[in-house]
Amino acid sequence: MKVTTQAIAGTLESSDAQVMILPHSGSVKVELTSSVFDQYGDHIIALAKDTAKTLGLEDGLIKIVDKGALDCTIKARIETAFYRMTGQTADLPWEVL
Amino acid sequence: MAVTNRIRRSMIFLNTQRAALVKDAFVYHPDCVIFDLEDAVAEGEKDSARIQLYQTLKHVDYQGVERWVRVNALDSDLVNEDIRAAVAGGTEGIRLPKTETAAEVKEASAKITAAEKEFDRPVGSTMLMAALESPLGVMNAYEIATADDRMMGIALSAGDYTRTMHAKRTVAGTELFGARSQMLIAARAAGVMAFDTVYTDTDNEEGFKKELQLIKDMGFDGKSCINPKQIGITHEIFNPSAAEIKHAEHVLQAVNDSKENGVGVLTVDGKMVDVAWVEGAQRNLKLAKAAGIYKGALV
Repeated sequence: MKVTTQAIAGTLESSDAQVMILPHSGSVKVELTSSVFDQYGDHIIALAKDTAKTLGLEDGLIKIVDKGALDCTIKARIETAFYRMTGQTADLPWEVL
Repeated sequence: MAVTNRIRRSMIFLNTQRAALVKDAFVYHPDCVIFDLEDAVAEGEKDSARIQLYQTLKHVDYQGVERWVRVNALDSDLVNEDIRAAVAGGTEGIRLPKTETAAEVKEASAKITAAEKEFDRPVGSTMLMAALESPLGVMNAYEIATADDRMMGIALSAGDYTRTMHAKRTVAGTELFGARSQMLIAARAAGVMAFDTVYTDTDNEEGFKKELQLIKDMGFDGKSCINPKQIGITHEIFNPSAAEIKHAEHVLQAVNDSKENGVGVLTVDGKMVDVAWVEGAQRNLKLAKAAGIYKGALV
């Protein structure tokens, strides 16, 4: 699936992450802003790409502003932005998320 | 069916929309948490809260704290996906809001069964708790409590109840006396647990303690909480006191001794007791043991 419109999820509160998905042709690109970039930047970017792959995202820009979120929250915000982009609100494939 | 028998003195509501609240609430050592998908979550964030719920259930170790999910009302267009996410994530139980009839419990149970089958969870392994929030719900408390084998308990929710009763919230809780009494009788008759409503004045510790003592004396099993600072106080009040534990030990020892001596009625700590006291003494010691404050071998 390709990103055709932009969508946003999450907040800038502590322990959360704000994720925006935008059109970007060619590949999945991740832009990360995080106070723990030096320690966890590579890990968070890999997590975002892995989540995008699970969702079947073929291209798009994933912009993440991390405020010290757990992995499961970052994943949840990417998934929320993705489903807001697709407009799917029911029958989510929970077993693969 | 797998309704588990365990200590449930405190159940703290967590707004699942907020990552900071759900990431580590186990550190406050409640007996249960209730991940809220209903009233606390903004209409536009229901999807986000539900996905956060699923990921939290899957990936955060709650270290033995029982995890419940308050889903949206049965007549909403949100409840089916709420139940699918909660069951897929492995919640221990679903709290059904605004319950008024046994048929609603059965309908919720059928949705849970479908989700358990879809996500390969043992059918019947997810418990149910029904919140009574209206005069009709309170009137039907026994039918609701006995509607399904999944039913672990019933809980009073005072906000909507007092509104629909045209009543006013009072410090003494006068307006809740009928509902508390009726639902408690129903719960005991049905063999399920009973939980009291939240205490919203979080800065009034003395008022909170008085209400806890009242509902403990009435026979409630626990209380819904909205602030971590309410958890320790709730446990303190619900735990049997040192004197209660000592008396319960004396009762059980005396009754055991009397069986050997053939005596039916005896005196313990200056009070007359008979075999009818045994159940209460055993319950106190079991509660004390579950709370980690009794190490003896009488239960």
